[in-house]
Amino acid sequence: MPDNSLSSRNARMSKYLPLLLLPVWFLLYHNLQWLTDKLVKDVLGLTAGTHLTETLRFFIFEVPKVLMLLALIIFFVGIIRTYFSPERTRKALEGKSLFTGNVMAASLGIVTPFCSCSAIPLFLGFIESGIPLGVTFSFLIAAPMINEVAIVLLFGLFGWKTALIYVSTGLVIAIASGWVIGRLHLEKWVEPWVYELKAGAHPEDEKISFSARIKMGFEAVKEIVGKVWVYVMIGIAVGAGVHGYVPEDFMASFMGKSAWYSVPLSVLIGIPLYSNAAGIIPVVSALIEKGAALGTALAFMMSVIGLSLPEMIILRKVLKLPLIFTFIGVVGTGIIIVGFLFNYIF
Amino acid sequence: MEIKILGTGCSNCKNLEKATREAVAELKLDATVVKEEDIVKIMSYGIMRTPALVLDEKVLFYGRVPSVSEIKEMLSKK
Repeated sequence: MPDNSLSSRNARMSKYLPLLLLPVWFLLYHNLQWLTDKLVKDVLGLTAGTHLTETLRFFIFEVPKVLMLLALIIFFVGIIRTYFSPERTRKALEGKSLFTGNVMAASLGIVTPFCSCSAIPLFLGFIESGIPLGVTFSFLIAAPMINEVAIVLLFGLFGWKTALIYVSTGLVIAIASGWVIGRLHLEKWVEPWVYELKAGAHPEDEKISFSARIKMGFEAVKEIVGKVWVYVMIGIAVGAGVHGYVPEDFMASFMGKSAWYSVPLSVLIGIPLYSNAAGIIPVVSALIEKGAALGTALAFMMSVIGLSLPEMIILRKVLKLPLIFTFIGVVGTGIIIVGFLFNYIF
Repeated sequence: MEIKILGTGCSNCKNLEKATREAVAELKLDATVVKEEDIVKIMSYGIMRTPALVLDEKVLFYGRVPSVSEIKEMLSKK
């Protein structure tokens, strides 16, 4: 039908609209420093070098930078994630030996779409299909701790090296903790009904076209950025305040290397403290600038992001309390070791 | 027809129930919409991600909240 062709072509074009925004993104991102300087100097007319100017400059530059990086990465991760699903991950993990299973579960935990509200069906689905408890835990540790929001913020505010350190140590912790929990044979501390559960046959996967995947990537950007932008703003505002007003080396005495107890203390404080990566990483970045040791800061971040109280409460439905405490203990010990290690190396 | 929304009460599950009710009303379907919150029953459908929509005991989709118009399209196909 000829009269329909134009509108259908428009519909097709609009499907790829997110891709057309990419050049705009690059142009804006590369001129951000220039735009910030222009705004601070010419529009706001502030004198360079004062506390207020530097605090404002930091905020005006970092907020759009981090939000733009987030949007870009979440878009691509969102597309990649459409190729993964908990169902496929489960299939990949079935029948794997303990150590191999832990490595695969932790790695797949990074890319498999995961939301803590689905932690229970996911846990049940894994256990029901015979995946060992320890392997399941490797997944449950890696999935929330190593996420794209944390990686983008670490990359944007610390550089790629710190981002890489975070991801690799996070993986090691998830693999090792899951392995330890597996060796301890704690099945007796799983609620008994879990092992009696009979799950139905898995329904067929929906077929997804490539344009639908692009749309899902774009939806992920809207959903995640829409949720975390407030935390990014607050986190960077606090960070900017610290950056501009707190004296150099202020943090050194209580979060520096010489204070050995600061690592376990940071982990303990981090467990009940519930914040997402978007809120905590900008603050930690400013603390490091003022003399906090990298290992201590890393341990604090991992504890805040990886060990969260709400998730423990959700998991209480399927796990008895001793297992939850063992879980916190094993992962917490892993984080403390990483913290000491990095304070020792750097 | 009988529509079930599977979900343990997270915000997305409520969003899906709302969207589905809207779709059913707009299509003027003769359908009942019930919410299934019992995790054991939810697992019997073989899914690992909530929320999910079940039409006459068959899972239509899971792990996402489609728009009202997409739900309408899927329901009217059946």
